[in-house]
Amino acid sequence: MALSILTALLAALSLAIGQAGFGITDPAILWELRAPRTLLAILVGGGLGLSGAVLQGLLRNRLADPGLLGVTGGASLGAVLVYYYGLAAILPLALPLGGLAGAACAAALILAMAARTGTGASLVLAGIAVASLTGAAVAVALSFAPNPFALAEITIWLLGSLEDRGWNEVVLALPCIAAGSALLLGLGTRLDALTLGEQAAASLGIDVAGTVRRAAAGAALAVGAAAAIAGGVGFVGLIVPNLLRAQVGERPGALLLPSLVGGAALVLAADIAVRLIPLQQEMRLGVLTALIGAPLLLRLAIAHRGQA
Amino acid sequence: MIAAHAIAVTRGGQRVLDGIDLTVSPGTLTALAGPNGAGKSTLLGVLAGLTTPDGGSVTLDGAAIVAMARAERARRIAWLEQGARAAWGLSVREIAALGRLPHGDAGAGAISAALAACGLEDFAARRIDTLSGGEARRAMLARVLATEAEVLLLDEPTADLDPAQGFALMRVLRAEAAKGRTVLVVLHDLDLASRFADRIVLLADGRIAADGLPGAVMTPEAAGRVFGVRIGSDDLPRVLP
Repeated sequence: MALSILTALLAALSLAIGQAGFGITDPAILWELRAPRTLLAILVGGGLGLSGAVLQGLLRNRLADPGLLGVTGGASLGAVLVYYYGLAAILPLALPLGGLAGAACAAALILAMAARTGTGASLVLAGIAVASLTGAAVAVALSFAPNPFALAEITIWLLGSLEDRGWNEVVLALPCIAAGSALLLGLGTRLDALTLGEQAAASLGIDVAGTVRRAAAGAALAVGAAAAIAGGVGFVGLIVPNLLRAQVGERPGALLLPSLVGGAALVLAADIAVRLIPLQQEMRLGVLTALIGAPLLLRLAIAHRGQA
Repeated sequence: MIAAHAIAVTRGGQRVLDGIDLTVSPGTLTALAGPNGAGKSTLLGVLAGLTTPDGGSVTLDGAAIVAMARAERARRIAWLEQGARAAWGLSVREIAALGRLPHGDAGAGAISAALAACGLEDFAARRIDTLSGGEARRAMLARVLATEAEVLLLDEPTADLDPAQGFALMRVLRAEAAKGRTVLVVLHDLDLASRFADRIVLLADGRIAADGLPGAVMTPEAAGRVFGVRIGSDDLPRVLP
């Protein structure tokens, strides 16, 4: 509840902050720039936070991160190829579309894997393989970048941002993240059962393989769309459920909705901060979430040093 | 009544279970014993419907369990795995409540009764990761009891417990059998098996080596044959006076 109020306040603040100054100075700026940006921060953050909570529950590991699925890597590769071939200059939406296509390919790969084996461990292995492969392909693209500008654009995109995103991006992201979140929010009781392990969950009548498939599909939709729109925004899916466990308790099903709201709050706050930090160019969102996330993760690591 | 018919399981070319026929009656506590690798856990998994046998079938009151809906099977057969652990710091009550998932209801009465049966009323709000090994094991048992299943399958629930905790846990299982439930429990502790079981089934190399009343099964001859050790009857586990 307190988290929802915080998110609403942050959303209002996000609408009021920008290059044109504080407050609502021009309705066009509000509607064309700040409103879609605010909405995208909520969508991206909510999708990442929720996916992180589901994956941590599914894998029974508080260090699970949506990046493990490999769809973020797929989205990066798709976007990088768009830059590489100069398509971004021809078609403005080529970038998010390329990201979505890349994410879809990566998702198809890991879903095929999950369908074959139906265990959380195999899903992660497939995801790590896809992430490594796409990472290598991105590195190749960077090495053979056609010109320094493309190289700079690719590097900056990979750092993640919501700058200059508009309603077109919202139209692309909203259905994917909403559908993905709907799939994930319904997994609460199954994730609760998985607290006891996959075999025990099966003995409680849970379809474990079906749960793995649904979690993979939902997270791939939400994370893939988030990465296609915003680039690499790390640490959100990892850190938000961990921060919330102290308040909400550790039952995985109880963490889902709070993680969605908390993820939205974190990305909203970070996106407000990047606009407020006075630099020549806006600081990248992914850089800031990493700067916030890494120390929090270290603190968690220290807090849990006694546990397995 | 749960029954296994000609169960065969092969893993990696190795016969783990070989033609097991076993019927366990309601209202009894049956101990499944035997050396490591005899196939006890595999048999329990097959009876629980978690492992699909390569041959044979399991029936519950004459109906094949593979044909049952997942939730129905889970409502009627509860299974506790060896060394069961919780990945998250759920409260004891939350752990017990997981036993109600097959029913899809809150089942507050069943949960309270299960906690009481396991002596955990005062621990209901405690996180399971703050409990001792014995207390955590009882919380896992409470989860199994909360399902109110007619068949309880438990894989070494007394492993690593001190004698007092082991006795306490077996008394809970005896009480469940007295309520008319079918209790089948894998035990390594032959003393506990002799003391609490109505019937002992000795498994060796995937086959039933001996089956009957504890006094009839736990003979030096059978122990020697099944466990591969030569012991006089004086060396059999003694029960404290």
